[in-house]
Amino acid sequence: MEAAPPAIRFEAVTKAYGGIPAVEAVTLSIAPGSFVALVGTSGSGKSTLLKMVNRLVEPDAGAVFVEGEAVHAIAPPLLRRRIGYVFQGIGLFPHMTVAENIAIGLRLEGRAAGDRAVELLDLVDLPRDYAGRLPDALSGGQRQRVGVARALALEPRLMLMDEPFGALDPVTRDQLGNAYRALHERLGLTTVMVTHDMAEALLLADRVLVMQAGRIVADAGPHDLLTGKAGTAADALVAVPRDQAERLRLLAEGA
Amino acid sequence: MSGALARLPDLLAAHVLLSAAALLLGLLISLPLAVAASRRPALARAALGLASLVQTIPALALLALFYPVLIALSGLVGGGIPALGFLPALLALTLYAVLPILRNAVTGLIGLDPALTEAADGVGMTAGQKLRLVQAPLAAPVAMAGIRTAAVWTIGAATLATTVGQPCLGDLIFAGLQTQDWTLVLTGCIASALLALITDALLGLVETGIRRRRALLAWIGVALIALGIGAATLPALTAAPVTQKTVVIGAKNFSEQFILARLIGLRLERAGYTVRYREGLGSAVIFRALAAGDIGIYVDYSGTLWTNEMKRRDVPPRAVMLAQLTGWAERQGIGMPGALGFENAYAIAVRGADARRLKLETLDDLVRVAPNMVLGGDLEFLERPEWAALKRAYPLRFRATRAFSPTFMYRALESGQADAISAFSSDGRIASMQLKILADPRGAVPGYDAVMLVSPQKAKDPALMAALAPLAAKIPVDLMREANYRVDRDADKQSPQDVARWLDGRIGR
Repeated sequence: MEAAPPAIRFEAVTKAYGGIPAVEAVTLSIAPGSFVALVGTSGSGKSTLLKMVNRLVEPDAGAVFVEGEAVHAIAPPLLRRRIGYVFQGIGLFPHMTVAENIAIGLRLEGRAAGDRAVELLDLVDLPRDYAGRLPDALSGGQRQRVGVARALALEPRLMLMDEPFGALDPVTRDQLGNAYRALHERLGLTTVMVTHDMAEALLLADRVLVMQAGRIVADAGPHDLLTGKAGTAADALVAVPRDQAERLRLLAEGA
Repeated sequence: MSGALARLPDLLAAHVLLSAAALLLGLLISLPLAVAASRRPALARAALGLASLVQTIPALALLALFYPVLIALSGLVGGGIPALGFLPALLALTLYAVLPILRNAVTGLIGLDPALTEAADGVGMTAGQKLRLVQAPLAAPVAMAGIRTAAVWTIGAATLATTVGQPCLGDLIFAGLQTQDWTLVLTGCIASALLALITDALLGLVETGIRRRRALLAWIGVALIALGIGAATLPALTAAPVTQKTVVIGAKNFSEQFILARLIGLRLERAGYTVRYREGLGSAVIFRALAAGDIGIYVDYSGTLWTNEMKRRDVPPRAVMLAQLTGWAERQGIGMPGALGFENAYAIAVRGADARRLKLETLDDLVRVAPNMVLGGDLEFLERPEWAALKRAYPLRFRATRAFSPTFMYRALESGQADAISAFSSDGRIASMQLKILADPRGAVPGYDAVMLVSPQKAKDPALMAALAPLAAKIPVDLMREANYRVDRDADKQSPQDVARWLDGRIGR
């Protein structure tokens, strides 16, 4: 088993925008099958780090490997078809139906879509008759379900998610997070999810990476984070949801 | 009148083909440029800047500019590039069509939601797939709006193609404006406006089809446009083939030229030639068009050729000038079947009553009374060398000078707003308004004998030269004035075609 390479490996990757560092010398491995949350405030470099995996961002220095293969050696379109990508903006193509959106990867590969769109609608718990609708006719949560289905169409083993549920209302957000976590288990995926919400990270991920000013400042499981074993920077982020939970509990008792 | 209107279908068809070709070429240039520009902001700035600059050049000037450019280009590659007609019109109109298409297509591409570009990249589209599957379909409605604007502009500006000798609806407008035949002007304008409206509506149908993702609607629009263009090729396909026996007769942009072109045409048709007309050509263009063989025959004036083409500054007597001109033309291989017999010179005219009262016979007499008079000149005259020459020869000091368009110049003289005008000596209104042309005893103004010119290629055809020879010296100035008056008068106007027939009968074979 030792031979299995990490799903993702960052080696001293660095990226700066106009002289301002976004990611500084990050070295990191992500094991196959893990659900990793990348947490940090805006501008901490978490999205930049994520997008270096599918080459939406190219590092200034260092290298990224996916399943042992250097990503800079793979043409971006081919690389991206192997990796699922879901982001806050969703980006459903408004001139294509839901089914066409879901099956776009197959179309790019020149493969027949067959029943794949219907299968994927089932997978993300959307009614099959949504296949023929245009994205405009869907709610935000439904649209992101389609976004997830589209990302899964080519059966990737790796999923990159950039604030995927950030624009949704809290209830939908929670539902979708849990539904996705279940899919992650069922399909045996490796998932890296960027979020600024520590509660979401703690509740969904097996491993939480905290980024600050382009560096990883904490790397721990949810339990260790909650019990203060991950350092001061992590404690400060964990304190927010914990305090909120505590106040809610007190409110409930007081009533 | 009906003769000119009978040309409407052919002119409409030519107009459609010219506009369609320019729009298509504009699309072929702008769309790839827009795609490239949407990826490189520096290129977008440069391309849009250049296209905007082109737009600031008046369409008329842009058309005229292509003439010398093509002549030079043709010279570089050893000839063969037509500098008159379809090509220069096509190029100028294409340049005009580029801006709206380019601007809208770039706007459409740049204005796409960045999330869509990110998604397209994220799912692994190549640059080509992204363009084809996402950018092009989503930018299409905005781009279509630009194409509609370009189509309307092109159809409108195509009316100006007349000035470079390309038949189009502008032929009716220009001919009508010159002869003050408002039916003709309105026919040309309405036809061009209707064409623009219909085209815009059909392109609008295509745009709606794209916007609402109703492919059928878009295809119906495309099919109807294609049908229209297809129908427009019919006259060209069914037209008599251009043969050795086809002669193109050129004319400048005033009534006398239209009449003489038709008169020559009548004679040639009788001699078995097929005749085409290119009317409304600019003075600067028409001689080169003849030398290059783009037109076969036209009538010019000795003084014009003397100064513009022979670059002479001296003013010899009329007969000497004519003789030297003939020799000069022969050396260039240009045929001169002869002078028609009248002059169309710049001449100073006064009201007949004034001439009698003040005893005015010559310009020397005018010097006396000029300080109490207002001189009305046509828009060009006061800037021309003829006026400078007149002032050098005769110490004319008018109380004031005013510029008028030719029609209003005669009215101004009639109503007393001007007391002397720069008339053309063959103008029909000289007789009808009983004006007095003052003689030029010092020979300050060169002679302007109307002469027929034949292109070097056609001059080798003895039958053609023989058909033209009988016209030499057959049109005295009084006859030409009357012919011009029949077209120019305000009431009971006749078409140049009808007047040419009348003139043909009067001068005999």
